[in-house]
Amino acid sequence: MSHFVFSREPFTPERYRPLVADPVAGGYASFEGRVRNHNEGRVVVRLEYEGYEALGIKEGDRIIAEAFARFPIAKAHCVHRLGVLDIGDLAVWVGVTAAHRDAAFGACRYIIDEVKVRVPIWKKEHYAEGDSGWINCEARSPDAPAGSAPP
Amino acid sequence: MAVIRIEYFAVLREHVGRAQEDLTTTASTVGELYAELDQRYVFPPIGRVKVAVNDEFQDWNAPLRDGDLVVFIPPVAGG
Repeated sequence: MSHFVFSREPFTPERYRPLVADPVAGGYASFEGRVRNHNEGRVVVRLEYEGYEALGIKEGDRIIAEAFARFPIAKAHCVHRLGVLDIGDLAVWVGVTAAHRDAAFGACRYIIDEVKVRVPIWKKEHYAEGDSGWINCEARSPDAPAGSAPP
Repeated sequence: MAVIRIEYFAVLREHVGRAQEDLTTTASTVGELYAELDQRYVFPPIGRVKVAVNDEFQDWNAPLRDGDLVVFIPPVAGG
């Protein structure tokens, strides 16, 4: 079973925490990412996550395999929501167990940081004014000019 | 000529107006395919796009084969 999964339904960390239980584990570290009510000065009322699931599961699993290679951990798991989420909803959960806390904290941090930049998931924010936008896809920056995609 | 299945996500799905299509193309690489589709749909400026073929990341020079599934990946924003 993949250590990285998507959930189309709301979930609680308690549901997945047993997956990282391990008798050698003296420490458990987790991260909960939740939907906040603001971003870059704008009032956010809800958001949508869309995922390319077939590749997302593979890439998420690769990230967790890298965490196992870098840190002496016992178990690790990550769940990411898809669909429409309200303010305060759980968007992503990472759970890691290890014999000692340094590895648990380090691996947990590694997994969430890499998931955010590598797994094909897109976030659309809906604002109080009624408009919406795909995060990271609307901004214009000098190193990402219009139509700059392929070489 | 090859028949390619293209799936669109997020900003590209909304721009194109559908989640997938089958396209007969003479493009020989995924980069050429992207250029062909950009000409047709005039994709919005979305930053650095990546590409996957048959559910694995590929570079833009990857060859296209009949029956391939191609997905263009706009900048991601998980978490």
